[in-house]
Order: sequence, then C-alpha cells, then structure tokens
Amino acid sequence: MSKSPIKSTGKVTGIIANLVIVRFDGPVSQNEVCFIQDEDTALMAEVIKVQKGQAFVQAFESTRGLKIGADVEFRGHMLEATLGPGVLSRNYDGLMHDLDTMTGVFLQRGEYTDALDAEKQWDFKPTAAEGDTVVPGDWLGEVKENAVVHRIMVPFRLAGKYTLKSLAKAGAYRVNDTVAVITDSNGRDIEVSMVQKWPIKQAIRAYQEKPRPFRLLETGVRTMDTLNPIVEGGTGFIPGPFGSGKTVMQHAISRQAEADVVVVAACGERANEVVELFTEFPELEDPWTGRKLMERTVIIANTSNMPVAAREASVYTAMTISEYYRSMGLKVLMLADSTSRWAQALREMSNRLEELPGPDAFPMDLSAIISNFYARAGIVYLNNGKTGSITFIGTVSPAGGNLKEPVTESTRKAARCFYALSQQRADSKRYPAIDPIDSYSKYLEYPELQQALNEEIAPDWVDKVNQLKNILIRGKEAAEQINILGDDGVSLEYHLTYWRSEICDAVILQQDAFDAVDSRTPIKRQHYMLYKVLDICDTAFGFESYEEVNPYFKRIINQLRQMNYSEFDTDKFKEFEAGLEEIISERKAG
Amino acid sequence: METQAFQRIYTKIEELTKATCMVRATGVGYEELALVHGRLAQVVKIMEDAVTLQVFAGTEGIPTNAEVAFFGKPPTLQVSEALAGRFFNAYGHPIDGGPEVEGEEREIGGPSVNPVRRMQPSELITTGIAGIDLNNTLVTGQKIPFFADPDQPYNQVMAMVALRGQADKIILGGMGLTNDDYLFFKQVFENAGALHRIISFVNTTENPPVERLLVPDMALTAAEYFAVDKKQKVLVLLTDMTLYADALSIVSNRMDQIPSKDSMPGSLYSDLARLYEKAVQFDHGGSITIIAVTTLSGGDITHAIPDNTGYITEGQLFLRRDTDIGKVIVDPFRSLSRLKQLVIGKKTRADHPQVMNAAIRLYADAANARTKLENGFDLTDYDERTLEFAREYSDRLLAIDVNIDTEEMLNVGWALFAKHFSREEVAIRKDFVDQYWVG
Ligand SMILES: Nc1ncnc2c1ncn2[C@@H]1O[C@H](COP(=O)(O)OP(=O)(O)OP(=O)(O)O)[C@@H](O)[C@H]1O
Ligand SMILES: [Mg+2]
Repeated sequence: MSKSPIKSTGKVTGIIANLVIVRFDGPVSQNEVCFIQDEDTALMAEVIKVQKGQAFVQAFESTRGLKIGADVEFRGHMLEATLGPGVLSRNYDGLMHDLDTMTGVFLQRGEYTDALDAEKQWDFKPTAAEGDTVVPGDWLGEVKENAVVHRIMVPFRLAGKYTLKSLAKAGAYRVNDTVAVITDSNGRDIEVSMVQKWPIKQAIRAYQEKPRPFRLLETGVRTMDTLNPIVEGGTGFIPGPFGSGKTVMQHAISRQAEADVVVVAACGERANEVVELFTEFPELEDPWTGRKLMERTVIIANTSNMPVAAREASVYTAMTISEYYRSMGLKVLMLADSTSRWAQALREMSNRLEELPGPDAFPMDLSAIISNFYARAGIVYLNNGKTGSITFIGTVSPAGGNLKEPVTESTRKAARCFYALSQQRADSKRYPAIDPIDSYSKYLEYPELQQALNEEIAPDWVDKVNQLKNILIRGKEAAEQINILGDDGVSLEYHLTYWRSEICDAVILQQDAFDAVDSRTPIKRQHYMLYKVLDICDTAFGFESYEEVNPYFKRIINQLRQMNYSEFDTDKFKEFEAGLEEIISERKAG
Repeated sequence: METQAFQRIYTKIEELTKATCMVRATGVGYEELALVHGRLAQVVKIMEDAVTLQVFAGTEGIPTNAEVAFFGKPPTLQVSEALAGRFFNAYGHPIDGGPEVEGEEREIGGPSVNPVRRMQPSELITTGIAGIDLNNTLVTGQKIPFFADPDQPYNQVMAMVALRGQADKIILGGMGLTNDDYLFFKQVFENAGALHRIISFVNTTENPPVERLLVPDMALTAAEYFAVDKKQKVLVLLTDMTLYADALSIVSNRMDQIPSKDSMPGSLYSDLARLYEKAVQFDHGGSITIIAVTTLSGGDITHAIPDNTGYITEGQLFLRRDTDIGKVIVDPFRSLSRLKQLVIGKKTRADHPQVMNAAIRLYADAANARTKLENGFDLTDYDERTLEFAREYSDRLLAIDVNIDTEEMLNVGWALFAKHFSREEVAIRKDFVDQYWVG
C-alpha cells in the first residue's frame, strides 16, 4: 500500500447531522480517515463518498456546534485496528479506543485513547531462525498473553517473501520495540515490532486455504449442540423479536463455549447488558481452563447511545481482532449483538446521502455487505499447516418480529445455522425460545461432521438426533390435532405422541440460562440425557384413558428436570434418577 | 422571549415548510438555537450559507423577511436545587407562576456515560404491586415502558409506582398530555405531600406538537444533574412516548427524509435509544430510572413505535382488564422486566424465581383450558383446577390494587399452589417445595 507523503486538507462546506461535506485539496481516498477541527476538539471521521470534488464524510461523533469553514485533515489511511499483545481482556469502543483509560464519567467528544499499553513489558521468545524465508502471517516469536500463546507475526500488510535478517533474543520488550528485521527481495530492510495495523474493512488473508468446517464447537447449550450444532469456523444467526432471548443466549455462549478467544461486539444494544459482562466476566471462570473469563475475552462496545456511525466500524473492528487471533492458530468465537443495528446505521447514512433506497429503505447492497462479512469467518489452514478458526454468531432484530425483512433474509443467505427464536415459546417461558422445528444447522448434513460426531460422542449419535427431531415434529402435529378435535376426539396414541415430545422439549430443549448447573451441559451429559429421554420415548406404557397420560408424564418431566438442576453423576442426581426409574416401572408394559 | 444584544440577526428567509425554514446566514453552529419571528427554532442542516431551522411551534404566518436571531448555543437548561417542586414548559420556562430558576446552564441532550463507568443495577424498587414486584421486578437504573391502549389507567399506575418507589426526585416529562392528565399528576403529587421532590416539564395538547421534542431532553438533563452532581435516586416518568415519536415523524417528513416502517424516520431506533439509555446506575448510589408510557393503537405491538421501544427498553409492562375479576391486571405473559434476574432470589427470598415461573406456567395452562372451553371441549380435572387457580391468582396477585410486600406475595403463591395442585404439578425444585409447601 502506498501512502501519500503530503496529507490532504479541506474545509467543511455542509453539515447534516453526522454527515459532513468537505471541500478538499490533494488526493483523498474512499474510506480514508480524517479529522475535523471543531475549535479545540478534533472529530474523527471517515470518507464515504466523493462527489463533484467534495468529500462526504461521516463523523464518529456528534457535530453539535460545528461550523462551516472548519479545517479538515486527511490521514492517508483507512480505519485501522491496532493489533498486538494486550488486546485480550480489554474493553474498547467501536473504533478500538480503550474505554477504561478515558477520563471522566461521560464520553468526551474527540477523546481517543490508545488500544494498547505502550509501556508494558512482554516476555518475548523467538520461535523462528535468522535466515528463514518468511511471508506475511508467519510466526516469528511469541509472548504469553493470559492463557494464550500470542504469536508475533510478519505484518499482514506486507506482500511476498522476506528473509529473516535478525530476531530479538528472549527477553522483555515493549510492544513498539523492534523484535525482528526482515529483508525484501530488493534488499530493503523492514523493522518488525509486536504491533501492527490493519484496515478493518478488509479481510486478513494470511492463510493457505479455508476447508469446510468439520468439528463441533461445544457451547453447552443443548438445543444447539444436540439438535442444531454449530461448528468450529461455522456461522450462525439468531433472529427474534424483542425480549425473546437473543442476548441471554449469546451471553451463555460467550461464557460456556469451547474457545481460546471470545470477541464480543455489542453493537447498538443496551449499555446495561455490556455492564453485565464488565461486572461478571472478571469473576466468572472459563469452564475450559479454570481461569477468569475476562482473560480470554475482548469486548467492543458501541451501545445504542454511542455514535451511530461507529456502529458499522464496531463489527469490523471485532472481526479484524478475531482474524488476528485466528492467525495464531487459535479457536476464536465472535459474537455480535445486534447486526440489525449495524444495518440500520447503514440505512441512516444511505438516506442522508440520498442514495436510491432498496427494500425497507435499506441500502441496495445490504445483502452483499452482510455476505462479505460472514465470509470472513471460517476455519483455515495457516501457512504452517496449523488450523485456526473464527466461529461467528450474530443476532438479528427483525422489525415487528417479522422474519421476512431485508436484514433477516440477507443473513439467512450468508449464515449456515439458523436459530429462530419464537415469540410463542418466549411468551410461555420455554427458554431458550429457539423453535426446534424451524431452526436448522446446515452442518449437520456434512458427512465429515456426522462422522466426527459419531466418533466423538456415540456411534449412533446422528441417528439419535434425527430421532429426536422426528419426535418433536410428530408431537407438534399431535398437539394440533388435539387442539382441533379435543382431548377425547383423538386416540390415546396422539396423547402419548404429544407427551413424548413434551418430555424432549422440557428436558432437552428448555434450559435455564440463569441456573449455575443447568446453564451449561457438557456434551457427555447431553449424550447421557438424550439417550435417557429417547429410551423413555421408546418405552411402551399402559394407560386406561388419556386422562392418566398428562399427570403421569408430568411426574416424569418433573423428575428429569430435577436431574437437570443437579450436578451430573452426584448422589443427588442418582437419587432423582432412581426416583425416575420407579415412576417408569409403575406403568411400563410387559 | 427577548432578543439580546450579542445575537446575530438575519432577515433573508428563502424557504418555508410547515415545520422548517431556510435562511441565508454565516457563522452558525450545528444544532444552534435561534428565534425565528419570535419562535424558538434549532439548526438541523447547514449547506454553505443556507441554514435550515426546525421551528418548534410551526411556521404559520412567518414572513420571508422575518427576523432570525441566532443564540450561539444549543438548547440549555439552568440547573440547581431550585428546580425541585417546579413546573416548566418544553423550553424549561416556569408555568407555575414562579420565578425563572437560577443555576448553572447545561446543554440538553449531552454526551453518554462511558459504559465502563456504569454500575450493574442491583437495587430493588418495590411498589407493592405483585404484578410488578413478583413477576416483573424493577431495579434502579432500569428503563421500562407501559405498553397500554389509550383507555387504560397507565398514568394512574405510573403515578402510584412513582410515589411508592422511594425516589429522591421524580421528574415528569409530559408530552401531549391532556390538561386533565396534567392536573391529575399535579393533584396526586400534591396529595401525597410529594411536590417538593417533583419536577415537571410539560407539553400539553394545547401546545404545538413539535415542542414535545425538547421535553425528554429537558427532563433527562435535570435528572442527570440530580443523579450525577447530587448522587440522588431519580425517577423519570415519560408520558406519552408515542406522541414524542409522532413529533419526530412530523419533522422528518417535512424535511423530505425517506420514511421507513409506519412513516417513522429510519433513525427512530437511535432517536429513542439516545433518550432511554440515559437510565443509569452509578457506583456512588446516584441513579436514573425511566418509566415511560407508549400507547398502542389497537394493541398492535408490531407498530414501529412500540417495536423499536421494545428493542431498547429493559422489558415492558402490559396492562389488561381481566373480565373474570373485573379489575385491571399486569399481564404476566407479555410483561417482562429484563433486569429482574439481577435481584430476584438474591435481594428477595431464594424461592422467588421458581415461584414466579411456576405460577405463570400454571396461568398459561389455564389460558389453554379456557381456549378448550371456548371451542366447546370438555375440560379435565386438571383444566378445571387451573381455571380456579387463575382466577384467584389474578385477584390476589396480578390486580393493580394489590399492595403487599414481596415475602407476602411469595406466601400467597405457595398457598395457591397447595390449594389447587399437587407437588409434581407445580414442578418446583425439591428443596424449595420441602421448605415452603403449605400443609
Ligand atoms: N434461557 C433463558 N432462561 C431464562 N430466562 C430467559 C432465557 N432467555 C431469555 N430469558 C428471559 O427473557 C428476557 C429477554 O431476553 P433477552 O434480553 O436475551 O432478549 P433479546 O432477544 O435480546 O431482546 P432484545 O432484542 O430486546 O435485545 C431475559 O431478561 C430473561 O428474563
Ligand atoms: Mg438483546
């Protein structure tokens, strides 16, 4: 990338909310960052259009008080993320400014803090050898960042092959210290530190290939792992009307999932929900390592009262950080809540620019923007043959809860898992309110995943999962019949079919995200409970009339729920299980 | 409003619409306040020397040679302790016959609190109403609206919640209030001897609708003064936010913006979130809690206004008339307090979450039984029992005239369970059943 040595400048000629029009001299590029000088404060902005010799820039701040004629300075680069050791555990705004080092109670316009601590010393260990041929993304050394081995890489922005001329010895360095010198084919030396910058709207492509995902990503959420699993490097989305449980679900996943690094983008949602993460993550344990959850987490917060223009940037910042850690061979999980707010931010700006609107006044290219974004996730083989992955799950907040709206429809094309939250289930407090029949995981159809599941969990696992799905579908049909014809208008078998699905619903699907035990079910336990429940569904029971069915199955469900609330395999768990066996033997036929 | 010496005055108005005018002027700041023909206006667009102003009271009768005087600053409010006990209009001017308030001048609609400076809300607000305290527990720092049809007694319930809610200050932001409702609030606060902790910013149906746009920002600026500077617990009441959103759409339509769903501006979500997100809990104990009213038309919550509100607020409270008992209840199905899990079972008795959920589940079973009945089917014994339970539950817990403490609510819950159901049917965690089952 070439950088113009002389920076262009300009003057403000128009202001409509956060859209600022600038007359400029010298070259200006699309998406270039500029600063608008409003008296003593410099407001950060980004070029989004150039027309008739004027740049249209979106300010990432309120433009209150700004006047015509204000000076503008262009920076010669696009919006960038600052990548290096120390990103983990941090709370950033959408443009990757550290929220914790800002002064004051209120966010001050134009206060931009550094992403990394420049003074902190890191214990660097070289892992490459002088004389090695290296390409962008290759690992030169490492530092320990919390539980993660943080690789120091050849900067992604370079291109081609380099020779490693010198590499620092093991020791303590600050992020900006030079730790390596590499030489390009023309003999030019380039100094490499532990920090690099990357334009957030571009994907980092320092890997060999992106295979189809093939490994389960365990979340501990039963309706996902058992019924519609997401995979390492997979994509999924959770659409649902307000209050149906999108955020609770994402928070549960962020706490429980089997990931090395979790990047949470709070995009245009409630500040109190982010505060919940700030408060709980430093205390809660990562179930996989026993360390504090915050150690593996990065939070990008652009809450709904923070500048709208930075909303779009926030998801790209989060994705860039995810790609950075993926390049170290790590399992990254990225969550964004809610991608609809990002789409709305695009809509606001597109309307201000008076662009031709697409459906529901969203920009015409919304679908392409969403697809490109989801395409940045995935599992990859790095140049050294190791794997790294980004699993991405976004929420969607459809207007009026209607799934036939542009953001949901565009996302459906891009994401492979669909976790549809149903208003009806949420209303009857059947949490998580994921509709078991409408939802799907395309990955479950992948033979390579089926094989992996059968090998890791049980030889007939996938068959059992399909059996579960059938029971749920037939139960729904039976319920409809009973509703139409009445309890005594259908045969006893309908009641049994319905209640079998009710057991599956109550014990496998429903899960209390606020109960310490029930919230996270390891796959081994999911296996145990699924087979237990399917066994009951396969059992023939003797009943005289349909009136006996409801109370009897309720007792079974009650007992199974008590098991769900007890630690696995403890005496208490076994006691409830024994109670269950007793109830079953009461009516077991034969 | 008198014009002052330092003001810059222009007289070249080139465009007029119902709500806006465009004048040639220089040196104007974005969002700056101005007087157009004696009416308050705010800058919404500047292109070179073409300055577009939104005239709050409308542009009727404004001539093209009218005087436009710029103030050199955005809208402000003078804040001090003297705000307490006073009634103001949308511009922050007294309407109670008292003097102007002296104090520090603050811009309204100021910046947001840095999220890392917030505290997680954890302080219970008790109201005595079981439909709220038991099923939809509120906490300080929360924002929650009543979703109600226009004929429901939302203002009454809101006033009751406000007075029982142990707040240091209650700030009323009235938008499009009828004069009767305005007098009602005044009366209730006065009768409760609470006038000294009330501050009101009121736009009534007699005032121009666009003026309403200033009301929430005025109320919240006053709230921030008391919550941040004075570390007080502030409760802000905003009624009716639907009329606020209507005013937004009037302005945006007159500015030729492309409307999105239900003729609302595409920025409705951000516009509302900016206000509601002022709800906050600080570590020093100061807090802003927002209770709002969003009136529905025909109970339709998919309309853009309630829909966007639901996506912003931390739950919503639905009022409904229960014809079985002839009382207004807080509907347990559609109502939700998102922050309740921060306090229930922690600040309240440990069985609270389970009792709450079990009762609602049984109430849902009763609703199914009622559907069966309406469709002409026979009811099972269980169905019959759920119906009896539902009636008693509605009367003794859901009705808005209930006024008991939370412990009592839980005890009533257990009593109703034992009266109508077996332990298995209630399906609560065994240790709680062992401890609290009646009989
Ligand atoms: N798994 C669960 N277990 C128990 N309660 C839940 C669960 N999921 C959701 N809830 C309840 O539903 C409420 C709303 O959930 P959540 O905040 O996740 O909704 P949302 O879909 O993110 O809504 P919005 O779009 O408005 O942000 C929670 O506050 C909680 O009371
Ligand atoms: Mg949410």
